[in-house]
Amino acid sequence: MSGGLLRRALGLRQAKIGLTLTGIVVLLAVAGALFGNMITGYQPDDFSGKPFHANGMAGTDGVGRDVLTRFLDGGLDLLGYGLAATAIGVLLGAALGMLAGYTGGWLDGLIMRGSDVLLSIPQLVFALLAIAMIGPKGWLLILVIGITHAPRVARVARQTTVGVIGQDYIKAAQLYGMPRRRILLREVLPNITGPLMVELGLRLTYSIGYVASLSFLGLGIQPPAADWGLMINENRIALVVQPWGVVLPVLAIAVLTVGTNLITDSLAAAAARRTTEES
Amino acid sequence: MTALDVTDLHVSTVDDTPVLRGVSYSIEPGEILALVGESGSGKTTAGLAALGHFRTGLKAVSGSVLASSCGGAPSDVLALPEKQRRALRGRVISYIPQDPALSLNHSLRIGKQIAEVLEVHGYPGSVEDRVRETLTEVGLPSDTEYQRRYPHQLSGGQQQRVGIAMAFAWKPSVVVLDEPTTGLDVTTQALILETVAKLAAEQDTAALYITHDLAVVAQIAHRVAVMYSGEIVESGAARQVLHEPQHSYTRALMAAVPGIEGPVGRSEAEEPDEDVVLRAERIEVSYADTKVLRGVDLAVRRGESVLLLGESGSGKTTLSRSLCGLIEKCTGTVTLDGNPLSASARKRSCEQLRDVQYVFQSPFSSLNPRRTIAESVEVPLRQLTDLDKDQRRKRVAEVLEQVRLDPEYADRLPGGLSGGQRQRAAIARALVTTPKVLVCDEVTSALDVSVQATILELLGELRTELGMSILFVTHNIALARHVADRIAVLREGLIVEQGTVDRVLDAPEHEYTRELLANTPKL
Repeated sequence: MSGGLLRRALGLRQAKIGLTLTGIVVLLAVAGALFGNMITGYQPDDFSGKPFHANGMAGTDGVGRDVLTRFLDGGLDLLGYGLAATAIGVLLGAALGMLAGYTGGWLDGLIMRGSDVLLSIPQLVFALLAIAMIGPKGWLLILVIGITHAPRVARVARQTTVGVIGQDYIKAAQLYGMPRRRILLREVLPNITGPLMVELGLRLTYSIGYVASLSFLGLGIQPPAADWGLMINENRIALVVQPWGVVLPVLAIAVLTVGTNLITDSLAAAAARRTTEES
Repeated sequence: MTALDVTDLHVSTVDDTPVLRGVSYSIEPGEILALVGESGSGKTTAGLAALGHFRTGLKAVSGSVLASSCGGAPSDVLALPEKQRRALRGRVISYIPQDPALSLNHSLRIGKQIAEVLEVHGYPGSVEDRVRETLTEVGLPSDTEYQRRYPHQLSGGQQQRVGIAMAFAWKPSVVVLDEPTTGLDVTTQALILETVAKLAAEQDTAALYITHDLAVVAQIAHRVAVMYSGEIVESGAARQVLHEPQHSYTRALMAAVPGIEGPVGRSEAEEPDEDVVLRAERIEVSYADTKVLRGVDLAVRRGESVLLLGESGSGKTTLSRSLCGLIEKCTGTVTLDGNPLSASARKRSCEQLRDVQYVFQSPFSSLNPRRTIAESVEVPLRQLTDLDKDQRRKRVAEVLEQVRLDPEYADRLPGGLSGGQRQRAAIARALVTTPKVLVCDEVTSALDVSVQATILELLGELRTELGMSILFVTHNIALARHVADRIAVLREGLIVEQGTVDRVLDAPEHEYTRELLANTPKL
């Protein structure tokens, strides 16, 4: 059971550190978006003083809005987009990979060579292309990042599926006339959750990075909305005068990605250990 | 002077669970000592200790391992620093592993691999000559052409002989053999045993033969030490231990070994046309250009047990899977009660699927590790019957009781069960739909002999209780009298001989059957 995997992973020290780091940033983003203006007294779009001035705890940004308010408000979208993109990528990739691995033959070739084509285009460049054509829309951002994750997840899913379908219990299921969909969901999927969980964590880390990067480039979340990636871009010209506008979002993104990565690592370690114990 | 002297050896895991509790044994030059025991008894740990090697997670607590090279003073292998211990290995003490396919380097020519052992320790004479000599000693061609072959160009038996050549290259004083014939068929096994016995006698080498196969012990060993949960419970001359066992465990072990003699005269006359349940005609299967089955005819009558005998590569698993619809590209006809069955399980009706059930070889791979035993056993009911949830649960409990599996295991994952318990669960899964024919593919080969005996007994009882037919697929002819009424001998995709057990065992007609019987080790 993947429950066992999680429990085992959480026993590791790095998982605890990772979970704490991630928890802090997620809490900050969620609570910040809900209660931000109660804490600072400003809405994200309110002007609180002159541009790049030391008003409030973290000063003001280029047009005079309160940096702390915008920082507190700017994490939730990033997190939501990242999660949604990861979910799409992992679901799509796992489904395609399992189908390819289980069916084999021409379908396997079609799916895997198709994903090779997608893999050959750098993820960020592919996203830039789509956004340049259709425009910076939230759903497009999620969809494009999700789709570019899919082939990477599919490779892992296919590889592990191929390892599982050689086992006799899959043959036993075929012997009982179990339909293919059911074999994939009930017999194969529970046995490849380990590697898929690792992939999930890894893709989440990347998703957050990509959404932030695209926002920084002005192609992600659009102004005047508050967003960590966007804030870095807006405030980087005043890094020397008012560093908080850059430092706060950079710190938050860094802590978040390091945190999710530590969790992923411990999941991978736990999955590997489980495999050796079972064999 | 003894060649190897192990005294009061205690080994435990890193977290202090004892594995060996004071094991002592010694071997004279030229003597073969068999170390027997079932899985988990510590026999491999005790054997590898002779090399001063312990598997990861194990450590030696106390005791000594004295090995003496020919004429030299004995040295305590455990007390030596790693570097000197390494200098002994391969030269004074050598090792022959279980699976030659894994232990030989795939990308080195065999001549070079044997030469390597000699060069590493600085062989004083001509390495080239010695390589040629050892190859001849193990009965392989020694010409340069042969030495230039890679391991994959040799058969399993030849690979194992290369392994033996490497071990005997230095004329060591001690050789440790770790189940060296387990993966080989009986004919090859006989040759390998002969080679080992001859070399040990010629070179005056002390051999430690680790095995679970008591019949092999009877054939090769001078003395036997029986291990049980980390201790040697009985040791002595082979004849004495095997024929007049003193310890209760040894007696139980001996009783569990299926002898080829067994009970005689259970089967009646041959009337193959009468009351046939499952009939296969002209079954052919080929993979690429290789024909695995070349037109096999086989019939199983109602309530009858047929032993399908074949060595590895004979196509016996392919045949048994074809009958169950797991091999879609097989041609020929399979009929159940006169009705033709499709070659693909997918196209068979639920009733047909219920009536022919299959038990897989390894219970370690046939149960989904993420499903509880009860869930696994329920699968066929859910797929093939209209029973509702309560009825299914009732039936599962019923069948688990039938296979004598404690109900407390029902909600456990397979990881929490022993091999024998898992195989019972796998048999329960096959029985849950009350099949007319049960195909058992090497169901006991992954299990210890004592467990094997209980599983065979269970199958026999179930057959009388339920009146079903069994097709028992195996490589072990010794099982015949214990499970079967009739035998069909499969060789290279063809049935070469068929008949009642007594007829085939007492008066084999085909050359191949005679050869098999002659090579099967007896106690």
